[in-house]
Amino acid sequence: MSQEKDENLTRRRFLARSAKAGLSITAAAAVSLSLYDDKGPGAFVKTEGQVKLSDFSIPYIDGQTISIVRGPDRKKTVNKAIELLGGIGRFVKKGDIVVIKPNVAFASPPMLGATTRPELIGEAVRLCYKAGAKKVYVADNPINDPASCFTLSGIGKAASAAGAKVILPKNHLFKNTTLTGGKLIKDWPIFYGPFEKADKVIGIAPVKDHHRSGASMTMKNFYGLLGGRRNIFHQDINTIIAELSMMVKPTLVILDGTEVMMTNGPTGGSVSDLRRANTLIASTDCVAADSCGCGLLDLKVSDLPYLAGAQKFGAGTTDYELLKPKLATVT
Amino acid sequence: MFVWFCIVSTLGEKFWQLRGWPVNWFLQLDPLVALATILTTHTLYWPLLWALAVVILTIIFGRFFCGWVCPFGSIHHFVGFLGNREKTPAQKIQLNKYRKPQCIKYLVLVVLLSMAAFPSIRATLQTGLLDPIPLLTRSVNLLLLPIADKTANFISVKGRFYEGAWLIFAIFLTAVLLNLVIPRFYCRFICPLGALFGVIDRFALWRIGKNQNECSNCKLCEKSCEGGCEPAGSIRISECVLCFNCREDCKDEIINYQTQKSLGGEITDPDISRRGFVFSLASGIFAVPALGLSKKLGSNWYHKVIRPPGAIAESQFLERCIKCGQCMRICPTNVIQPGGIEGGLENLWTPVLNNRIGSSGCQYNCVACGQVCPTSAIRPITPAEKHGLGEFAEAGPIKLGTAFIDRNRCLPWAMDRPCIVCQENCPTSPKAIYTHEYFNTIREGTFTAKKVMDNTIETVETNLLPDKFATGDYYCITKKGERRKITANTENTIVLSNNEQFREVPAANSKIEIQIRLQKPYIDIEKCIGCGICEHECPVSGKKAIRVSAEGETRSTDRKLLLKN
Repeated sequence: MSQEKDENLTRRRFLARSAKAGLSITAAAAVSLSLYDDKGPGAFVKTEGQVKLSDFSIPYIDGQTISIVRGPDRKKTVNKAIELLGGIGRFVKKGDIVVIKPNVAFASPPMLGATTRPELIGEAVRLCYKAGAKKVYVADNPINDPASCFTLSGIGKAASAAGAKVILPKNHLFKNTTLTGGKLIKDWPIFYGPFEKADKVIGIAPVKDHHRSGASMTMKNFYGLLGGRRNIFHQDINTIIAELSMMVKPTLVILDGTEVMMTNGPTGGSVSDLRRANTLIASTDCVAADSCGCGLLDLKVSDLPYLAGAQKFGAGTTDYELLKPKLATVT
Repeated sequence: MFVWFCIVSTLGEKFWQLRGWPVNWFLQLDPLVALATILTTHTLYWPLLWALAVVILTIIFGRFFCGWVCPFGSIHHFVGFLGNREKTPAQKIQLNKYRKPQCIKYLVLVVLLSMAAFPSIRATLQTGLLDPIPLLTRSVNLLLLPIADKTANFISVKGRFYEGAWLIFAIFLTAVLLNLVIPRFYCRFICPLGALFGVIDRFALWRIGKNQNECSNCKLCEKSCEGGCEPAGSIRISECVLCFNCREDCKDEIINYQTQKSLGGEITDPDISRRGFVFSLASGIFAVPALGLSKKLGSNWYHKVIRPPGAIAESQFLERCIKCGQCMRICPTNVIQPGGIEGGLENLWTPVLNNRIGSSGCQYNCVACGQVCPTSAIRPITPAEKHGLGEFAEAGPIKLGTAFIDRNRCLPWAMDRPCIVCQENCPTSPKAIYTHEYFNTIREGTFTAKKVMDNTIETVETNLLPDKFATGDYYCITKKGERRKITANTENTIVLSNNEQFREVPAANSKIEIQIRLQKPYIDIEKCIGCGICEHECPVSGKKAIRVSAEGETRSTDRKLLLKN
């Protein structure tokens, strides 16, 4: 190897290395400058990708907003109540995806009445499919362990038996929402996943004593959509329940007062806490349904400030008599 | 090199002396800080742009930082020199040979960076544990200076204290003493920053090498080799820290810092296997969810992790904090302490307020910690923002947490003793601590009046401790409910203040009671900023009767205590 050739080789190698070094420097500088942040982080990082629940309500029909059916058999009363409002076909169309929101808050057996009765869920699912629903989901974010709640309440089994799918509140199904005009629901996680592709929402709740708010019925039932540290909302329970009635606009609510939890609510724990009232209410207006239902707990509308609050927000009417309730008795 | 060490350590000590000194400069130069925060935050916080200069210089010149800038490296260099100076050249050559485990540092780097790199597993910044610049900054700040200060008190009035500094001590001492086993042990085997330089210096334009093939093979060039990079054979460029000792020691003067490749051959790549790389990457990726299993960022968060004012929300905070201890160093009250592992392993050495250490909680008008934070884990806030004034009025004051009164330990609440030191020291206006007045009849406090004059009651009992009730806190209440302040007493007389007069003078032989006036403290939860001054001042000194915990801190919404605050 001649001296000259050797020097050429060395020079070529050096140039090649210089080029690579130059490229590395350019790359490092480009990355640094493109990510350059001359401000630093702000005080708060806002949650990206906030969502809003759709409006699931259906057009108003005069005289077909609320029905009150007396009778001991929930399957019969719920069928009658829906029939009086125009039949299930009014609420569920062919191909609809329906989400049923029961109250599955506690890991407690159906007989204690702390959760929605499974036979009511089974019947509602059956009716939806009868009307041509494409898929029916049953979803809640319970207070106690979710899987246990769905199992012990019997709701999981009843829903599956009727062909519905239970959606448990997995982390990734929660998205943050901000309620326009709301005071409390701001950048707050809700159990959004089941509702993302839903066409219709049916809330089904029992009538229960509730020590903080007075009564837990169809409006309070939607507390189960809240995620995060929702327990801090108990500092202003009436406002949060009223805001829930703005956040969720259901297609239909069913309020089960066949047996009413009169005391020790909302957990109950003894059959002696229950009183048979043999009443089931169906309504497109959850404020009206709850205003009617509170009588079953021997309460007046004025005893539950969230009802007036929701009415003020335009979520419905507390004066359900004006809606000319359809009445029936089935035995 | 020795001179370098001196300058650097003097700089270290001057951190405290002069404001305006670029106290963070070494941290800002550190490309590992910059790279790791880029991985976690996807931004390069502006002061860290300095690191780019180091990266560019390294790409051109090689690992100059390790040999010429790094103060930790200088310590190792010096201690290694001291510890081995008596050895023979042959022993030194043996000491400074290349060792296969030098690849460990690359694996350390891979583990730490992979922990930072994947947001889907919730990235966490743990490079500060081993990154030499934060490590040394922490050691000097929280260990060497406080110890030096213990005897001389030249930094502080009462000495500086840091909880858990023993662990920092143990690590620092181990790192330094290992130089006696193998010189520059830390640099060669552990240092993730050195590893990063070793990766990026592969195209260095100038490098150490032989300028001719003929070599007497005396190996003297490896006698004082700092990097353990085998200049006698095929030099390992990634290990070379540019100490130039080989150039000095070569009797034939064939070793040079040159543009051409060493004619003795060279190895540019770090000596790690693909398997080692994949295993470290996987360990890093698995480590983060493993840490997450403690749920310390969820419902199991530790209430005593109270962050300094301006700290950002916890998960973002952990993406930025490099555990350098600058905030703990600057904090004038010494309340900012290195965190332990109760708040999760990630919490180790991150800043946490401990109101029982230091001179007085978080000072109301102080925002120093955020000003020195090199990565803005603690934002550089203004006093106006801290207090929620002006444009920050809507956001309100920054709350570090909330003070809670332990009514079982509080002197007025539990022991009928007046106190309210907490209320007096509460710095907000209006105060967040307020009081209600109570009068409690003291134990065995019922007496029988023998004779009552205008301002004096003579008692049937003759066993009163003289002037026990003369403190101004004691009152005498009659059966009719008239209460008058006691100003003095003897064994059998009680002297009442003449500010009031009895409307109905107690009859002889009627019962009177002695009461103590107590102001029992309450917290106005909307006013409390969690500064901890009350906790610091509380005279119940073991487990304080008023304690701050982080509920209600404004930096995160998920630790809110009140619906509106």
